[in-house]
Amino acid sequence: MTRLRLYFLTPAALSLTLLFLAPLAIVLVYSLMNRGVWGGVELPYTVENYRRLLDPIYLGILLRSFLMAGAATLACLLLGFPLALFIARAGKRQSLYLHLVIVPFWTSFLVRTYAWMFLLRDTGLVNTALLALGFIREPLPLLYNSFAVLVGLVYGYLPFMVLPLYATLAKIDRSLLEAAADLGARPWQSLRRVIVPLAAPGIRAGAVLVFIPCLGAYLTPDLLGGSKTIMIGNVIQNQFTSSRDWPFGSAVSLAVMAVVMALLLGWLRREKERLL
Amino acid sequence: MVPVLELRGLSKRYPGHTAVDGISLSIPRGAFYSLLGPSGCGKTTTLRLIAGLEAPDSGEIYLNGESISHLRPYERNVNTVFQNYALFPHLTVEGNIGFGLRHKRSDDIGRRVRETLQLVQLEGKENRYPSELSGGERQRAALARSLVLEPAVLLLDEPLAALDQKLRKQMRAELKSLQRRVDITFLFVTHDQEEALSLSDCIAVMNQGRIEQIGAPQEVYLRPRTRFVAGFLGAVNWINGAGVRPETTHISRVIPEGDVRVCPATVESSVFLGNCFHVEARLATGIPVIAEVPRHDDTYESGESVHVWWRTSDELTFEHESE
Amino acid sequence: MKRLLALYAVIAYAFLHLPLLILTVFSFNASRFTVWEGFSLDWYAAAVRDPQLVEAAFNSLVIAVVATVISTVIGTLCAYGLWKRGSRWFSGTLYLSLVTPEIVMGISLLAFYQWLFRFFGARLGMHTVIGAHVAFSIAFVVVVVIARLRTFDATLEEAAMDLGATEWQAFRSVTLPALAPAVGASALLAFTLSFDDYVITSLVAGVDSETLPMVIYAMARRGANPVVNAVSAFIVLGLTVLILAAEKLRET
Repeated sequence: MTRLRLYFLTPAALSLTLLFLAPLAIVLVYSLMNRGVWGGVELPYTVENYRRLLDPIYLGILLRSFLMAGAATLACLLLGFPLALFIARAGKRQSLYLHLVIVPFWTSFLVRTYAWMFLLRDTGLVNTALLALGFIREPLPLLYNSFAVLVGLVYGYLPFMVLPLYATLAKIDRSLLEAAADLGARPWQSLRRVIVPLAAPGIRAGAVLVFIPCLGAYLTPDLLGGSKTIMIGNVIQNQFTSSRDWPFGSAVSLAVMAVVMALLLGWLRREKERLL
Repeated sequence: MVPVLELRGLSKRYPGHTAVDGISLSIPRGAFYSLLGPSGCGKTTTLRLIAGLEAPDSGEIYLNGESISHLRPYERNVNTVFQNYALFPHLTVEGNIGFGLRHKRSDDIGRRVRETLQLVQLEGKENRYPSELSGGERQRAALARSLVLEPAVLLLDEPLAALDQKLRKQMRAELKSLQRRVDITFLFVTHDQEEALSLSDCIAVMNQGRIEQIGAPQEVYLRPRTRFVAGFLGAVNWINGAGVRPETTHISRVIPEGDVRVCPATVESSVFLGNCFHVEARLATGIPVIAEVPRHDDTYESGESVHVWWRTSDELTFEHESE
Repeated sequence: MKRLLALYAVIAYAFLHLPLLILTVFSFNASRFTVWEGFSLDWYAAAVRDPQLVEAAFNSLVIAVVATVISTVIGTLCAYGLWKRGSRWFSGTLYLSLVTPEIVMGISLLAFYQWLFRFFGARLGMHTVIGAHVAFSIAFVVVVVIARLRTFDATLEEAAMDLGATEWQAFRSVTLPALAPAVGASALLAFTLSFDDYVITSLVAGVDSETLPMVIYAMARRGANPVVNAVSAFIVLGLTVLILAAEKLRET
């Protein structure tokens, strides 16, 4: 039995090592080297790249990324919870309503981000409509700001919040709510004191699943944000393309990975149910 | 004659408990042999060790005199009827029965499948899927799937447990006659003592990974070697250290004569069970006793003072006391 | 409370679906501006006539098909292996690959490929994109397939081996047929992931391996262009069909 298992795991072990772990290891090595004259990397080893992370400019961007990811997570929770509750209570239609969340989520992230550009830009649908209706004379600056980025992130990752929330809410025994009502709890009270505590694992899972990709977001701030709203993902991309400072870009990447891994480990340690 | 299957000092340990604890037994060719015991006594693990689905920690398994302990499940000439039947849901009855033959590259698969279908009376159902069969049909399909390979020993893991009461009794009779016809050694695992008693040529009673007693049904029932065996195979009244079965416990209003023991008692209840009465009485010493009283005997009212008696020859005695 | 919830759900679904719906509607607009001037297929025709778009679509298709086949096979085998006996290291790595930000995965692959090319005279191209897509798809395949395996009755495999099938034959003739729907679903998901990806692809693609998302990105950056609406609407529709099929498979 063990031999077949070994054969079966080998291709995955090889490809994950070669195409995922080895690249991360290279990034680790690069982050400890100097920037080369022509954009490559050079010896000697140094920790200067990590020290640069504390530069107020980058610290500011790091802080903004955290705030943005936090805000997006909170918004997803507030928007997603009632939706998940609605789906969990939909009886026979649960599957249909769930699919209405899943399907747009799986269609191209790029196209979904582009859809908001189409809506929000100066010549976009919202401004055109408001101009035509005479509400405004000048197009509103809806795009290329923090708000647009936030909208894009929430739009992009809301399903990551709804799905785990739904999974825990659907498991809550209805008789618990009836018991709460029987004991004199008003709907709002039973929501606060029964449903929310029982949904805590779903809230945690959703929060982790939304926060992590938002923290490392690149495409959303790139397309919907402006020069003042760049996030940590854009810094990384920039170091590897136009700035050609791979060592610093590597250091930033690993800083992000450290946060991601800490969140993942903290979450895995708590949860019993596993995907893998 | 060499036994068809022999276990020598077989053990299987799991973290925290020993499932099978050094058991040895030998099964004669053509026998209907039962492993009887409560759930968790290690009987299913023993079966899985023989099938090769688990590896023993120590001990040897011999099939026709040759050790098979090192062989993979597909290299052993034994087959298993699983408790839940484990019929392949994506194959028809015919596909399920032919599965083993195809893997063993036998010739004449079609004919052998047809013959086996006939043997278990599933003709006409060959193109059905397991989900389209009744419980009894599934059980027969599972039997046929293993029998068609003509194994040296057929291992049956509680094959009747999933059936309802009535069907179980009917299948019990069929199983017995089937075994006689195919002349294959059956090793039958069950926790149902009635099943084991009625079907087997020989019973091995297991408890906590060990064999408590091996013997013919009558022997283990009438002459249990331990209190566990006595209690597991049937009801026992324990009176002052002696064990007496309810059917050999008698009640009468007068003191009987002969080589008997007598105790004064009070009737507590009398329940009519169709073929007999179950009379519950309490001895003067406070011990509760159940007696099976034939229908045509006297009837007893609760509260009545009576004598409970039994023949000393009916007392169960234990040479090897386990408690 | 219940009515309030339903009302909210309508708004939430509007938020999820309207942007894509509006985009699709305007892809059929005769005008190049965001004012409705009647139905037209002009932008679709323009998209089909654009050689750059057609080539990119072809590249995307080839990459997605190859990456899907590879990652589905590797992921399915891996799921089976982990189902037999778990491995904390393995699961941990898979989890990590699921949550690693795309940009980090992209730059690390870029750095890795460039490093490798010092030893082999190779360049960025389709193969590097395929490698990257395989890397991020495996974990998704494993998640979907292992979920199915958890509901699979392991005694069926034991029965197969008991009847004379080797481990491989038992896997092939009993387990794999039971897994087929989940494997199909995971393949469709892997295809979608690959066909959609922009961030990682843009970093590891060569000059001759521009994909559809890369062209869309470039066009979207340049400003309003109804051709992008048409291509986007087409992608949304195609992928929706794929995802619905995958969900259907997962439920059987």
